[in-house]
Amino acid sequence: MIIQALAFYLFAAVTVAAGVMVVSARNPVHSVLFLILAFFNSAGLFVLMGAEFLAMILVVVYVGAVAVLFLFVVMMLDINFVRMREGFLQYLPLGGMIGLILLVELVMVGGAWIVSPAAETAALHPAAPAGELHNTRALGGVIYTDYIYLFQAAGLILLVAMIGAIVLTLRQREGVRRQSISRQTSRTRAESVEIKQVPSRSGV
Amino acid sequence: MFEIGLGHYLTVAAILFTLGIFGIFLNRKNVIIILMSIELMLLAVNINFVAFSTHLQDLVGQIFALFVLTVAAAEAAIGLAILVVFFRNRGSIEVEDINMMKG
Repeated sequence: MIIQALAFYLFAAVTVAAGVMVVSARNPVHSVLFLILAFFNSAGLFVLMGAEFLAMILVVVYVGAVAVLFLFVVMMLDINFVRMREGFLQYLPLGGMIGLILLVELVMVGGAWIVSPAAETAALHPAAPAGELHNTRALGGVIYTDYIYLFQAAGLILLVAMIGAIVLTLRQREGVRRQSISRQTSRTRAESVEIKQVPSRSGV
Repeated sequence: MFEIGLGHYLTVAAILFTLGIFGIFLNRKNVIIILMSIELMLLAVNINFVAFSTHLQDLVGQIFALFVLTVAAAEAAIGLAILVVFFRNRGSIEVEDINMMKG
């Protein structure tokens, strides 16, 4: 029990600290790296809660895809980040005030609020008792039966996002010499080779 | 103190969500950091979903978290694509410069 508590406090502290660094780091590359750290530690929190599959998905999707995408974009764009820091301190009081108000409100909601005892029995898909069915299998059993249409819709969303990203960033530049295989192979001898009768000692 | 319950996870999620909002206000100029703050907020929401899911012994929360993850990935891809195109056209990603579609 105490090891679980210690692990929770470690993961939570590192997650929150990394979150602070994400929003306050001077260099956006460092921000992305701290974002990766935050994701790894929240994956640890998920494991502590017993959602192993989501923890692994978090690492694969967020760290492996999203954060690396951010890293690519930050490094690819040639941006003057020093100029972007201007006004950082100017917005600090307003942002801090709004953040504080929101946090106080969230704590008030969390403090004054209890889970209804009836909620325990109202579970749509009760999780199996520990040790009987592992998390991945239980999730699969629910997602491929009752939520199959939503699952397909999620796949469609990803497809649309992929095509959208490709269409947005694809560009046709003028004046670039490209290889056109159909033009190459459809050339005929008549239009590309000419036979000249060159008389001797008179030049072409 | 050593009994980790629902409240502890909700507190972490609340702090992360607040940090996301704070980041949006703090980095008013840098769109990349704003997108990262949105990712932090989505992560906080996911922690909430999973915490409730395991606390109430109901798997639906984890499935919803899975869908949130999907939409977050799609949003990041489209957002960054728009950012790249915008940078190509304007040579800057400052939020103040993004006013071409102003009516």
